[in-house]
Amino acid sequence: MKVSALPALSSRLRSSALVVVIVLASACLSFSADSKSRASKMIFPASETNYQPRPYTGKLEPDDGQWMRPAKDYASTRYSTLNQINTETVKNLKLEFTFSTGLARGHEAAPLVVNNTMYIVTPWPNNLYALDLAQPGAPMKWVYQPMPTPASQGVACCDVVNRGASYDNGKIYYNTLDDQTVCVDAKSGKQVWKTRIGDINKGESLTMAPLVVKGKVLVGVSGGEFGIRGWLKALDANSGQVAWTAYTTGLDKDVLIGPRFKPFYAQDRGQDLGVKTWPPDAWKIGGAGAWGWVSYDPDLNLIFYGTANPGPWDSDARPGANKFSAGIFARDPDTGEAIWYYQFSPHDLFDYDAVNENILLDLPIEGRTRKVLVHPDRNGYVYVIDRTNGEVLSANPFAPITTSAGVDLKTGLLQYVEEKEPHRGKVLRGLCPSAPGAKDWQPSAFSPRTGLVYIPHNHLCMDEEDVSVNYIAGTPYVGANVVMYDAPGGHGGEFSAWDPVAGKIAWTIPDHFPVWSGALATAGDLVFYGTMDGWFHAVDARQGHDLWKFKTGSGIIGQPVTYKGPDGKQYVAILSGVGGWAGAIVAGGLDPRDKSAALGFVGAMQDLPKYTTGGGMLYVFSLP
Amino acid sequence: MQTDLALWSAVAGMLMLLACSREERQFRPSPPASEVINSVQVSGLNPGANPVGAPAAPEYYQESAYAVSQGKTLFNEYNCSGCHANGGGGIGPPLMDNYWIYGSEPGNIFTTIIQGRPNGMPSFRNRIPEFQAWEIVAYVRSLSGLLPKDVAPSRSDQFYVKPPEQSMPYQVPTGITGKPEPPK
Ligand code: HEC
Repeated sequence: MKVSALPALSSRLRSSALVVVIVLASACLSFSADSKSRASKMIFPASETNYQPRPYTGKLEPDDGQWMRPAKDYASTRYSTLNQINTETVKNLKLEFTFSTGLARGHEAAPLVVNNTMYIVTPWPNNLYALDLAQPGAPMKWVYQPMPTPASQGVACCDVVNRGASYDNGKIYYNTLDDQTVCVDAKSGKQVWKTRIGDINKGESLTMAPLVVKGKVLVGVSGGEFGIRGWLKALDANSGQVAWTAYTTGLDKDVLIGPRFKPFYAQDRGQDLGVKTWPPDAWKIGGAGAWGWVSYDPDLNLIFYGTANPGPWDSDARPGANKFSAGIFARDPDTGEAIWYYQFSPHDLFDYDAVNENILLDLPIEGRTRKVLVHPDRNGYVYVIDRTNGEVLSANPFAPITTSAGVDLKTGLLQYVEEKEPHRGKVLRGLCPSAPGAKDWQPSAFSPRTGLVYIPHNHLCMDEEDVSVNYIAGTPYVGANVVMYDAPGGHGGEFSAWDPVAGKIAWTIPDHFPVWSGALATAGDLVFYGTMDGWFHAVDARQGHDLWKFKTGSGIIGQPVTYKGPDGKQYVAILSGVGGWAGAIVAGGLDPRDKSAALGFVGAMQDLPKYTTGGGMLYVFSLP
Repeated sequence: MQTDLALWSAVAGMLMLLACSREERQFRPSPPASEVINSVQVSGLNPGANPVGAPAAPEYYQESAYAVSQGKTLFNEYNCSGCHANGGGGIGPPLMDNYWIYGSEPGNIFTTIIQGRPNGMPSFRNRIPEFQAWEIVAYVRSLSGLLPKDVAPSRSDQFYVKPPEQSMPYQVPTGITGKPEPPK
C-alpha cells in the first residue's frame, strides 16, 4: 500500500487519476455536458521532487514525557522528544497492556498521561477511566461516570464521539455529549464541578476536547447540522462559572468584537457582519459551532480556533458570506475579545468547517522568520497564516480539488468554481473534496527534526443535491442529499508528509479508507497513525517507510500518544474502536443500500463492515 | 365505432374502479391514539403466555398510494430524513432493513413517533397531527417492502441515492415484530 510520491510515480498516479475522471465523467454525460472542463479543472497537490529535511529552528515547549493536553503542547504539535522507540528499535515494539471500554461506538479521544496515571474518556456515556501505570497491567484506579442523558445521542450528527480531556493543576476537564463540562479531581476521581452550558433541545452537543489556558477552560459547541447558534465559552477552572461567551454569529457585542478587532482582509471588516451577512434571523440558526481544536500562543497571549460550517447545507437558504462561520478567530483568552478573523470558505457551499487544528510554528518564509499557524483546511488547502495578524502567506492543495480554483493571496478569497455551486433541485457531480473535507477533525503532527507536518486525511469526492429544509429545533437542519466516493486513484484516504515551507507533499501513503485517526510524531523519527481496518502503523518520518504495524481489534480513529512510564521506558498508546462519521456504517449498523446514509458517507464506506466490527479497546506498546 | 367506444369506456371504468382503493382518500378519523398506544408492546416476552394481539391501527393508510406519498413528503418535512437519511440511517437506525428495535407493526411505529425512544428518537407528540403520523407510518413500512407494490412510491425524479421503495423486496421483520410469535 505504501507509495512514496516520487515525481515519476506521482505523475503516473496523476495521469491515471485523470483517465479515471474522464471515464467517470463521460459515463455521466447524461447529467452534464461539460465533462472535459470538469476533468481539466481538478487541482492536485504538488510533490517535492527532492525533499531535504529542513530541521525546525523555532522553539518548542519543554517536554516532560507526559501527555497533559489533547495536542501535547499549546502549539498543537503532537510531537514528543522521547526516542527509545526509534527507526532502529521499533521492530521490537510489543503489546504491553490493554483495557476495554466495553463500548461499540467511535473512540476518537487521546489518552492523557499525568503523574503515572492514564486517563481515558469514552464516547457516550462519556466515562472517565483512570489507570494506574505504576502497577503491572495498569489496573483501574477509579471510574467517573457523568451519566449524560441517552437522548443526547439524537443530536450527535456524526456518531456519539468524544475527542478527549485536558489536565490542568490537579484536575481533569472534559465535556459530555449532553452539554456539560466537568471537572474531576485527578487523584480521587471525585467530581469538583459540573456545568451545563448548552441545550440538546436546541441541537447543541459537546464532542471536543477542551483546552485550559490561564485558568480558563475553553469549550466550543457542536451542532452545525442542527441549526444551533455557534459559540466558544471560557469557564473558570476553579468554579465552573462561565467567564465569557463568544458567539460565532450575531451582533458584534455577542461575537466579542470591539476596538481591538483588526482582521487582515477588507471583507472581514465592518459592523455587525455576524448579522448583516445573513438573511434576516438566519444567523440565529446558522450553525457554525467551534467543535475542533484550540491552540494557544503564550507570547502573543492569543488563542486560535476555527468555526464550523454554516447551516443549513442547503446554501440557497442563506445568501451572504455567513460571517463568522468557516473561518478562524484569534482571541484574547482573558476577555474573549476577537483580535482577528479570516474566513477560509465564505458562504460555505460544501460543509467545509474550519475547525481543524492550528499548529503554531515560527517558519522561514521568503527570507524572514514569521510567526505562523499551519492549518490544513477541509476545503483542501494547507494554509500558512501569520498568526499575529491573520495574513495568508500561502495556501496550497493537499488533496484533489474541483470546488475551487485556488486562493487569491491578495484578497484572501477562495476562488469558487461557478459550475460546482450547488443549488436546489440540481444534482452536482464530482465535487472534491467531499463534505468531510480533504481532512476532517483528525489532527496532524509536526516533527521539528524533519520540519514536516504529518497529515492524516481523506481522499473523497461527492455528488450533491440541495433541497429545502424546515427548521425544527432539536432535529437536523441540513437540506442536502449527498453521496461520497473515492477521489481519483481508487483509495479513500492518505497519510501525507507535508512541507509547510515549500507547500508540497514530501511523501504519501494511500489507504483504502479515509485515515480518520490522529497522528503522533516522535524524536525517534517515527510517525504513528491508525487505519479504519484496524492497523496501527509506525512509519519512518523521513521517507514514509512502514517500519512496524499491529492489527488491533477494531478500526482505529483515535489519537496516538506517547509517554515515559514510571520504569523510565517509552510507551505508545492508542484507542481502537471504529465509528465517527466515517465509521457510522459500522457503529450505527447502517444500510449500505442507501448511499446517502450518514450524510452521504455510507456511499464511500460500503465495504467497511467487511473489514471491521466495533469495540473500544486501549492498546499500549513498549520495547521489551 | 359506437360499440367500441362503449366497450372501452366500460373497460376504463372498471380499471378505474380497480385502482380505486389505492387512490382512495379517507377523512374518517383513525382509532384514538391512546387506544393504539395502549395496545402496543415493545417486548416479545409475555409472562404466563399472556396472549397479545397486533395493536389496533387503521388499515386505510397501508393501502393508499396517496397516503404513502404524503408520508414520504412528510418524512422529509418533519426532518425524519435528517436522522434516518433516505432509509439507510445515520443518527437514527436504518428503517429500510428488517431489524426493528421497537416493532414493525403500524401501531408500533406510530407509537415510536408519538412517544419518542430513549436513545435519541425525539417525541413528536403534539407536533405531528395523527393522520399525518399514520401517513408517515405507512411510508416507513414501505421502506422495507412491507406494503403492496402498487402502493409503495416508485422512483422519484430527485437525485438517485437508493433503490425506490417500490422495488424493495418484502423483508420479514425481525427483532420486535409487534405480533405474537407462537411456536411451530
Ligand atoms: C434527532 C434525530 C431523529 C429524528 C429527527 C427522527 N428520528 Fe427516528 N430515531 C432516532 C434514533 C436515535 C432512534 C433509535 C432510538 C432508540 O434506539 O432508542 C430512532 C428510532 C426510530 C424508529 C424505530 C426503529 C426500530 O428499529 O424500531 C422509527 C420507526 C423512527 N425512528 C422513525 C422516525 C420518524 C418517522 C421520524 C420523523 C417523524 C423520525 N424517526 C425522526 C433519531 C431520530
